[in-house]
Amino acid sequence: MLETFFNLEIARSAWPIILAGLGNTVLLSLVVVPLGLTGGLGLAMLASVRKPWVRYPLMAWVDFFRAFPPLVLLIFLFAGLPFAGLELGGFACVCIAFFLNTGAYYGEILRAGIESVPSGQTEAARSTGLGRVQTMLFVVLPQAVRNVLHDLLSNTLEVVKLTALGSVVAMPELLFQARQAQSLTYNPTPIVLAAVIYFVMLWPLVRLLSRLENRALAVRV
Amino acid sequence: MSAWDRFLEAFFNPVVMSRYLPDILKGTLLTIELAALIIVSGLALGLALALLRSFGFRPLNLLIIFVVDLFRALPPLVIIVFIYFGLPAVGLSPSGFVSTWLSLMFVLMAFSEEIYWAGITSIPKGQWEAARSTGLTYGHALMSVVLPQALRLTIPPLTNRTIAITKGTALASVVAVGEILGMASSAVSNSYNPSPLTMGAVAYLILFLPMVVFGRYLETRMAWKR
Amino acid sequence: MAARPIVEARGIHKHFGSHHVLKGVDLALAERELAFVIGPSGSGKSTLLRCLNRLEEPSSGSVVVDGVDMLDPRTDLNHARQRIGMVFQSFNLYPHMTALGNVTLALRKVAGKTREEADAVGRTALDRVGLADRAGHTPGQLSGGQQQRVAIARAIALEPRVMLFDEPTSSLDPELVGSVLGVMRDLRESGMAMVVVSHEMGFARNAADRVLFMDQGLIVEEGTPSQIFEAPAQERTRSFIGQIQKH
Ligand SMILES: Nc1ncnc2c1ncn2[C@@H]1O[C@H](COP(=O)(O)OP(=O)(O)OP(=O)(O)O)[C@@H](O)[C@H]1O
Ligand SMILES: [Mg+2]
Repeated sequence: MLETFFNLEIARSAWPIILAGLGNTVLLSLVVVPLGLTGGLGLAMLASVRKPWVRYPLMAWVDFFRAFPPLVLLIFLFAGLPFAGLELGGFACVCIAFFLNTGAYYGEILRAGIESVPSGQTEAARSTGLGRVQTMLFVVLPQAVRNVLHDLLSNTLEVVKLTALGSVVAMPELLFQARQAQSLTYNPTPIVLAAVIYFVMLWPLVRLLSRLENRALAVRV
Repeated sequence: MSAWDRFLEAFFNPVVMSRYLPDILKGTLLTIELAALIIVSGLALGLALALLRSFGFRPLNLLIIFVVDLFRALPPLVIIVFIYFGLPAVGLSPSGFVSTWLSLMFVLMAFSEEIYWAGITSIPKGQWEAARSTGLTYGHALMSVVLPQALRLTIPPLTNRTIAITKGTALASVVAVGEILGMASSAVSNSYNPSPLTMGAVAYLILFLPMVVFGRYLETRMAWKR
Repeated sequence: MAARPIVEARGIHKHFGSHHVLKGVDLALAERELAFVIGPSGSGKSTLLRCLNRLEEPSSGSVVVDGVDMLDPRTDLNHARQRIGMVFQSFNLYPHMTALGNVTLALRKVAGKTREEADAVGRTALDRVGLADRAGHTPGQLSGGQQQRVAIARAIALEPRVMLFDEPTSSLDPELVGSVLGVMRDLRESGMAMVVVSHEMGFARNAADRVLFMDQGLIVEEGTPSQIFEAPAQERTRSFIGQIQKH
């Protein structure tokens, strides 16, 4: 069993390939997380304009992309758009898909965070002469982020995990590299190795989330 | 032909659409089947684990926490790939359908356990004490007093998480399952036209948009407040 | 006084980690007796009550209630607890059930009554606390005083031999305190043995048989209400009474 699923020899020979994949996964995460956050922040700022003609289209946008499986979005961009003469390549497709999909999730979370800050905070800030943007940046957002920190981190965990979708459009990230190594060696060890790496990399975040969750609940009671 | 016409021709081609509509419908049925299996088994297992955990038997709880953490940390696609491409090495060859079902079932089990558990532990200690002081057993206090309140609290987060995980059924296309995305993709390569992808996208929206809107409604209606 | 006490606790010690909270408390309560416990915050009053029905596990000592050894592992604890009613400061009503549901849950699940039997008993209990007309309301639809009376009904529906009250009126608005004390007075007149932890000195004066003063995990002094309130023997008691009466 151990020979099959964790063959040391194969693990050693696959290591360089896997390591390259890990590097790309980290890089990809470093690109798509800020990208999604930017999209989300834009949506949340827009939502703080409390006009129905902004609010409802925005909600529709967010719900549309929350309803859409990210893989479908990715395939649509990757395999559909070329028919319209738009050949974007895997990386660009991943970036756009993440911007749209995770941006919607981040946007929803940040919007809830901003709404959780009492309006008295804005009024106090404005009364001291801070402008709209300054108020948002220095007074509202810091409190908003703190209030929804758990959800932001939890979504970030999901985003990093989602980068594995890159393998479907031939991005050489961790899962893709592992599958390459697996098909070369006819042995599942590289996939196990990739799984172990994902786990070791993300476990601290998972633990942290459980702790934050328990603390949040302790406050509620 | 204008650019607009060409766009319509490519993404809303009536000939291709009518030709592949039956395939997409078949795929939709399969997606529904897969989703239903995942939801029922995943939520049930998650609740079972949370109830087991509430007995406070330490070695068992450490095991539960580890399993839950594991399936929260691993990307679902990695689990699917492991089951589908890895298990045959020891003579088990689950189909793509079963691989996806099991993978997403475990993922939903893990996330829902976490949510159920948070709900159970958020019920004030006084509820337990009142129940036990009237002579209710541990099991009765859990089932009649604590769990009904906890479940109510968990409904909104559980709904949203369930939707997010169920959308992962599209991953089944990677392991050759003919669900919506799988059907649409092969139709695209057969017809050299992306219209089936448009239909697939619409099918997903029809399935999931009502759920997302419902989740939003629940969230505002019964947020975490007592 | 009856020969055998209804509650007999001897030498109770309780440690929370290194924190020694009860340091050898003896408490005997006769049938039909009302013992009133006072003492500063943190002196161990709640812990003592909770040791009597084993919501808290005493570190050592013995507790016998109505002839049943509460600390004997062979004792059916859930059965024994039905004979000891408890009322909490924070009511602890089940928010997802009606008043009647709250009162009848244990009757159905532990006492094994059918729903009809349980409902009949439950309505009688609600009637005794003056809330027969609120049976179908949920706790959220009741005032604090009404909630606490439902909590009392939940306990008396099980026909306990003794009732424990832990600051039953402390989280009530002043104008609602009277209704709860009224119910407690009725209970007392019906002959229920009671241990009451409370700050309601007026109630203590005209309803208690005995007042016990606790401090730092010990019963420092006990006596009739007039002894304790007018002529306490211990300095600690005197200063505590003095502090309370200033308010
Ligand atoms: N579960 C617990 N774990 C640790 N310490 C506890 C626990 N319960 C009570 N204590 C401590 O035991 C001491 C006595 O607590 P207790 O609640 O019995 O006091 P009390 O006399 O009822 O006070 P109050 O008038 O404030 O209700 C306190 O110092 C308290 O901090
Ligand atoms: Mg107390």
